[in-house]
Amino acid sequence: MKIIKSIGLLLFIAGFSIFISTFFSANYKLSEDVLSAQLGDAAKIESFKEHADFIGESITSNFAFVAKLDEVFRSVNQEKLSQFGISEPEIDKLVNSNQGKFDISTISLFGDDETGQYKQKTFKDYGGWLDGREFGSQEEIRSQISNVVENIKKYQIVNEKGFDKYKIKDLKYSITKASSMGKVSDSPGLFLLLTYVLCIVGALMYILPKIEDGPPGIKNNGIFHSAMKNVGWLGILTGSFLIVFYIVLYFYPEYMTNWIIMVDPVSQFLKGSDAGRFFLYGFIYTLCILVMGVRMIIKYRHSKYQIVRTFSVMFFQTAFAFLIPEILLRLNQPYFDFKNIWPLDYDFFFDNELNTLMANGSIGVFMLGWGIALIIIGVPVFVYFFGKRWYCSWVCGCGGLAETLGDPYRQLSDKSLKAWKVERWMIHAVLAFAIVMTGGVLYTYWTGSSELFGVSSYDVRSVYGAWIGAGFAGVVGTGFYPLMGNRVWCRYGCPLAAYLGIVQRFKSRFRITTNGGQCISCGNCSTYCEMGIDVRWYAQRGQNIVRSSCVGCGVCSSVCPRGVLNLENADSDSRFSEPLLIGNDGVKISS
Amino acid sequence: MKHVVIIGNGIAGVTAARHIRKLSDYDITIISAESDYFWSRTALMYVYMGHMKLKHTQPYENWFWEKNRINLLNDYVKTIDHASKKVVLDKSEAMSYDVLIIATGAKPNKFGWPGQDLEGVSGMVSQQDLAYIEKYTKNINRGVIVGGGLIGVELAEMLASRNIPVSFLVREEEFWDNVLPQQEASMISRHIREHHIDLRLRTELKEILADENGRVKAVITGDGKEIPCQFVGLTAGVSPNIEMVKNSGIETKRGVLVDEFMETNIPGIYAIGDCAERRTPAPGRAPVEQVWYTGRMMGETVAKTICGEKTEYLPGHWFNSAKFFDIEYQTYGRVWNKLKENEAEFYWEHASGKIAMHFVYDQTSKKFLGVNTFGIRLRHEVFDRWLKQEADIFTVLSGLREANFDPEFFKRYEEEIVNAFNAAHPGKEVVLKGKKSIIEKIFG
Ligand SMILES: Cc1cc2nc3c(=O)[nH]c(=O)nc-3n(C[C@H](O)[C@H](O)[C@H](O)COP(=O)(O)OP(=O)(O)OC[C@H]3O[C@@H](n4cnc5c(N)ncnc54)[C@H](O)[C@@H]3O)c2cc1C
Ligand code: SF4
Repeated sequence: MKIIKSIGLLLFIAGFSIFISTFFSANYKLSEDVLSAQLGDAAKIESFKEHADFIGESITSNFAFVAKLDEVFRSVNQEKLSQFGISEPEIDKLVNSNQGKFDISTISLFGDDETGQYKQKTFKDYGGWLDGREFGSQEEIRSQISNVVENIKKYQIVNEKGFDKYKIKDLKYSITKASSMGKVSDSPGLFLLLTYVLCIVGALMYILPKIEDGPPGIKNNGIFHSAMKNVGWLGILTGSFLIVFYIVLYFYPEYMTNWIIMVDPVSQFLKGSDAGRFFLYGFIYTLCILVMGVRMIIKYRHSKYQIVRTFSVMFFQTAFAFLIPEILLRLNQPYFDFKNIWPLDYDFFFDNELNTLMANGSIGVFMLGWGIALIIIGVPVFVYFFGKRWYCSWVCGCGGLAETLGDPYRQLSDKSLKAWKVERWMIHAVLAFAIVMTGGVLYTYWTGSSELFGVSSYDVRSVYGAWIGAGFAGVVGTGFYPLMGNRVWCRYGCPLAAYLGIVQRFKSRFRITTNGGQCISCGNCSTYCEMGIDVRWYAQRGQNIVRSSCVGCGVCSSVCPRGVLNLENADSDSRFSEPLLIGNDGVKISS
Repeated sequence: MKHVVIIGNGIAGVTAARHIRKLSDYDITIISAESDYFWSRTALMYVYMGHMKLKHTQPYENWFWEKNRINLLNDYVKTIDHASKKVVLDKSEAMSYDVLIIATGAKPNKFGWPGQDLEGVSGMVSQQDLAYIEKYTKNINRGVIVGGGLIGVELAEMLASRNIPVSFLVREEEFWDNVLPQQEASMISRHIREHHIDLRLRTELKEILADENGRVKAVITGDGKEIPCQFVGLTAGVSPNIEMVKNSGIETKRGVLVDEFMETNIPGIYAIGDCAERRTPAPGRAPVEQVWYTGRMMGETVAKTICGEKTEYLPGHWFNSAKFFDIEYQTYGRVWNKLKENEAEFYWEHASGKIAMHFVYDQTSKKFLGVNTFGIRLRHEVFDRWLKQEADIFTVLSGLREANFDPEFFKRYEEEIVNAFNAAHPGKEVVLKGKKSIIEKIFG
């Protein structure tokens, strides 16, 4: 058994090393074909080519290649701006031609050649409203004109003649992926085997023999002596890797194209097209839940609650989050995760999402109705009957990852009263942010106006997307597993958890019951509560645990050596019992 | 303001302090020589096994004490001078008190075995013991544990968790059969062996041998066998910590003698927890009861008395719990290791040999007297109610479904148990109350 485990570990390390090395080992060659396929627009292809001296050349690192692309985009934009942008001397002239009052006809001074006409046209579009305005001073005129000129540069020229920042982000990724040469892009299937498959096999060989590690029971030996599970060097290393991985995934996908190419065969098989970064993400995510789900089941094999629950998260991730949406795409239907609920699914009400659903006839409308029904009926009704666990530790993908990949780190959550205070502020602030953001989005959707109280709803949504959607839920949410426990996002950030929690706290049949006077205050329950609930505080005074954050994972009940805790659904009025420790007949005092 | 001084920051002393704070404005000082803060002795094993760190075993955060105006003093009480109402301390000046609570707990028994004070021999009660065990079990080939009780089996599990081979010397016929009936004692013995513990029943310790450096090198058992080992754990019970009380004029026997209000022969001085001994025990109880729960209950009671409402210590029906490696044990009411006169029993054991229930009831009146349960959790509240109502065994068995406290989806055994009872007791048939839940139907 030990040998199998060691071989498994070696295979895993081998697969992982190959995976890492492919990040650094790609070769890139930008061809004309790739360029025309990616850019489309002939004029842009031309200007790109003018500035790119490396077409057809082989470049041996992703950093170098991406830097070159960056340089091309920068110089194209610079050239276009100096060519089509209104210059400082021209601004001076314009200011001088307008004394006290602005007259739009003065823009004829830009001239009548091609660029002059362009300048006139764009100025009219962006600054037409200045016509006839009176100004107290020349300074004011200058500042208004300069603003207009800046806006033209920022919103018009880079977009029309050059490349705006969104386009650059997309292009960097797609050009890099298409230009990738070398072993990985030659035989992605082989590398799929050498990395992902090798890691899975290795991990399973390491995990499966644990079934022989003695009779079923609590297997927490050595956790706080472990370099991995007690924020030792291995934990810090793992956390750092996860954090970097997420940052690259969300913000710099152009560097990880080799990793994506390897899953192209899987993507082709499932949906008939190449993989994108979020396909890669979904793929790895699902694998982690499945493999670590097996570990979870073996570890808690004495507890049917844990077994059934783990199967549930494995199923919902694989079927609902991963397979069904891809199959829908293959059937030319909108991508849709039937178990994702707003506001966790924060872009559910974004205009592009709504438009896609609306454009897809009855199935799209059904999806829209389904999503809304989950929010307004599903959440309260199910939480009433079962507590928020029905979602957070049985269905949700974030929860699924936390309960499987994250299980080895559950003991790292902060149990202090202070952390609880911070948690309540933070999670409800994120919920409020999500509601405001979505309100703005819908306002824009219905009125067509992007400004609300002087703020652009597009800015708000992109801030939410970057800071909450990617930064908090992804980078911090998972990257901090080995540092702060497996539920950082669910506890401090998830707006859906906040909503589920409010219902759970105020109207639900769910509670954790404590068993009379049996608690010995040992602290196992609090230690292993991933949500940082000080379970013992309640148990040792004989009080039911009714907390908005409890995700009902049931691990407190599993680890309790005295059989004190039980997750139960019962009459919702009996939840808030007086603390009562059975046993002392001489006194009846609440502890 | 009245000054209450409490010696000992264990569960008894701390519970007393907390309740005195709730009920009064008195000044409160807790003195302990063991640790700065209250911790759960019951979790000692989990620290060694790496399930928790010491800080996780502290039931209250460190700010709790100041916020509740409970002064903590880390010092050793050398003597009590009750004439001038002072405790004499090791490091600081003597401290005056108006009310004194002695809650000094217990210490491991040593029965005068040759070699019992050698290096590498330890009891297992305190944080200092924990540190000692940690130090002396590093890289050893074998540990020997002497005394088959609850602490012994915990120590065995601890060493086993680090793959240290263990020889476990138990004087009795089966593990803990001075408390457990024979069926359960042999079930637990089997389970201990399943964990590769070299369990030696009917074996006593004769002598501990030292190497040339005065460190343990082997033990000799009562039957003359030598077991080479580098660590010896002495877990043959504990006895009250009363050295410091003995010559103070406060009466002691095994423990500090107290009346039904936990007051000693000196007015204003009380004793609670592991160190206390009742002159006349509460009905059905022992004079010295050294468990967590009794310490806590005595603390609650004495707080009331001290705060003006004189209250008798009246523990209700006995309950307890423990865990033997993977098998959880709970008990409600009294199940003695041997049936008492006119007691009848019903024992059920699952085919796995790890799940069992043992009911004891009165032969004539059929009144239910107690239950031992292994591998199935039972609801304290329900059993306490049955015991109070003097329910009969039929009521208990037919109500088993309500009394189950296992997590959802766990296999349920009530039907099997009731059927077994009916088969063994033809005549009045017990019918299990309640219905199977959907989950139970699907998952058994
Ligand atoms: C390893 C272990 C596991 C256990 N598991 C369980 C269990 O699962 N269930 C259960 O019910 N019970 C269990 N017990 C028993 C339970 O822990 C005790 O009954 C309980 O802790 C007694 O509490 P106490 O407050 O009376 O004394 P203690 O907790 O012993 O506290 C007394 C304190 O007083 C200090 N002290 C003593 N003398 C002086 C002095 N002169 N000056 C200053 N300080 C002094 C001691 O150092 C100690 O800190 C276990 C005990 C042990 C050792
Ligand atoms: S794990 Fe159980 S016995 Fe230990 S503190 Fe929690 S409820 Fe009490």
